[in-house]
Amino acid sequence: MTQPATAEQQDAPTSAAKSATDKESSRRPLGLSWDVRTLSLLAVLAVLVAVGGITAPDEFLATSNLQLVLTQASVIGVVTVGMTFVITSGGIDLSVGAIVALASVWATTVATQEFGFAGILFTAVIVGVGCGLVNGVLVAYGRMVPFIATLAMLASARGLALQITDGSTQIVTVESVLDLGARDAYILGIPPLVLIFAAVTVIGWLLLNRTTFGRRTVAVGGNAEAARLAGIDVRRQRLYLYLLSGLCCGIAAFMLIVLAGSGQNTNGNLYELDAIAAAIIGGTLLSGGRGTIVGSVLGVLVFTTITNIFALNNLETAVQQIAKGAIIVAAVLVQRRSLHGDA
Amino acid sequence: MARIPATSRRALLFGTAAVSAGALLTACTSNEPTNQEPAADNAPVADDKPGKAVTIGFAGPQADHGWLNAINDNAKSRAERYSDVTLEITEGSNDTAQQIGQIQTLINKKVDVLVILPADGKALTQVGLEAMRAGIPVINLDRVFASPQAYRCWIGGDNYGMGLNAGHYIGEQLKDKKNAKVVELAGLDNLELTQQRTQGFDDALKNYPNIKKVARQAADFTVESGQAKMAQLLQAQSQFDALWNHDDDQGVGALRAIDQAGRDDFLMVGGAGAKSAMDAIKAGNSVLKATVLYPPTMAASAIDLARALGQGKGVGGLAEFEIPSSLTLYSAVVTKDNVDQYLPTGFI
Repeated sequence: MTQPATAEQQDAPTSAAKSATDKESSRRPLGLSWDVRTLSLLAVLAVLVAVGGITAPDEFLATSNLQLVLTQASVIGVVTVGMTFVITSGGIDLSVGAIVALASVWATTVATQEFGFAGILFTAVIVGVGCGLVNGVLVAYGRMVPFIATLAMLASARGLALQITDGSTQIVTVESVLDLGARDAYILGIPPLVLIFAAVTVIGWLLLNRTTFGRRTVAVGGNAEAARLAGIDVRRQRLYLYLLSGLCCGIAAFMLIVLAGSGQNTNGNLYELDAIAAAIIGGTLLSGGRGTIVGSVLGVLVFTTITNIFALNNLETAVQQIAKGAIIVAAVLVQRRSLHGDA
Repeated sequence: MARIPATSRRALLFGTAAVSAGALLTACTSNEPTNQEPAADNAPVADDKPGKAVTIGFAGPQADHGWLNAINDNAKSRAERYSDVTLEITEGSNDTAQQIGQIQTLINKKVDVLVILPADGKALTQVGLEAMRAGIPVINLDRVFASPQAYRCWIGGDNYGMGLNAGHYIGEQLKDKKNAKVVELAGLDNLELTQQRTQGFDDALKNYPNIKKVARQAADFTVESGQAKMAQLLQAQSQFDALWNHDDDQGVGALRAIDQAGRDDFLMVGGAGAKSAMDAIKAGNSVLKATVLYPPTMAASAIDLARALGQGKGVGGLAEFEIPSSLTLYSAVVTKDNVDQYLPTGFI
């Protein structure tokens, strides 16, 4: 049941290779590198699963634990899918965690809760999209560097979230929202949040690999000038990409509300770093021009599995952090080696 | 909560304070002060009556957490109670450089007394020294400066005591149970206070040889981290008898995870004293049976102390001409039995 989307995508040829920019064609064949990267990441994941199975045999492989790992991967996973698009286009979105925070607290204000399930979902998504729109306009039409524009969003969205909550935790009382995170809401043993994550992953994969939108994204990231000369409206494309990232944050915020049963201005803390790390480990190029949804999802799963194994073995926080860093380095080194030094 | 004495307490104070030069020593010894005559005229004590006007500068961290928000509210509302107090409160910041700048601004404004809750006590020690050298006495609230020269008076909570009292409460609840297991959901491990809370907890548990701590995980004081880490802990520990959670904010998430896992086979003790936790204790329908206080009312007390300092007085009920140099609050255990008494101090 793990990563339903993954197996299918294993054999799928990457359409990233089809991107016809100059920069891309000068690189090594992408089909191969895509596979090697993904395979090496799968190998890392397999090793982790083995470690988990050996160190905590009774707990790790229990169905309830696999459900837990996937649930915990879901929220950050959805954010990472959006982030993958932005990075593929050569941009960056540092504001994702702050947008998740703002969307979650706005959606859990008492006024919003009066409108029940729909009110909370709608508010979370609209706030996410709204923030994404601002990011997109600043980057695409304001010609701001994405790093700076989204940094500004990070600061102001967190500030606004703090303003709305006044520092206090907003507890959700809408039963239908809370029920979505309950055990009896599982469909065939799969938590609804995991299903949302799977759906976002599949849609994201199709969008990136099977549509004009995806090819434009890769093209803009590979060489924006060439993309412009090829007739792509680069600015509009960038606007859409930040909108997409904001949308993912809005969905993630709703999922987090379901999971944590509350909105807090500290929600989504450091999501930006986790999402970027997962995408990069997955094989998406930080400089743009290449992106892989499968890799990103695997990256998220690697992180979540590590955290899970640490907790099951009762490791200290300091040890956890050191090991996490070491594993990031190891995963990237394994990839580099398997690619004969090509990063 | 009420630190301001009724006027009648004067008599008590004056009765115990000695006029002699040894007066200051009386509080340091447990002996009965040898009283000749009440120091009726020269041991003034701060009370509710308006006195000399005092401007108090208040600088704290960003109120991004229920407890810190309650700190600000307590400071403001207490200052409003005094017609002779003007409160200059800065925008909270977790950025060391920014907080230093804000405090320097207050120094330049020549406020009479400073109340500082530093985002990082060690990092802000220098600016505390700066204020003291400029002749502005500092009340150091909660997170302590690295040098005693950087403050005139420290008032704060007892993190070690929180752990100790939580451990004793759990110990008493489980004392008849053989091979009892407890689990700890700690706060942010980067903070010294987290280590202190854990140390106190471990020390208390040493009194109960039948109890073993089987797991400890640190969360980040947030609901989200509380939910995530608790879900993991529940997965790792299929059976245990008690849980101590360092913080009620992350406790909201922890309770959510416990609810989602359908577990109710243990008792939980929280920390800090959030209203939501006290409500749950009062309702008695969850695993949460108690919370150990870390009262945000200390900010109100800090204002009282600052006012007394500005007016050159002592505080009521204490046999001192001056305010004390340090005050550690007690980490009371709030249970269903006494929750009504503490509910008004619960922060949102």
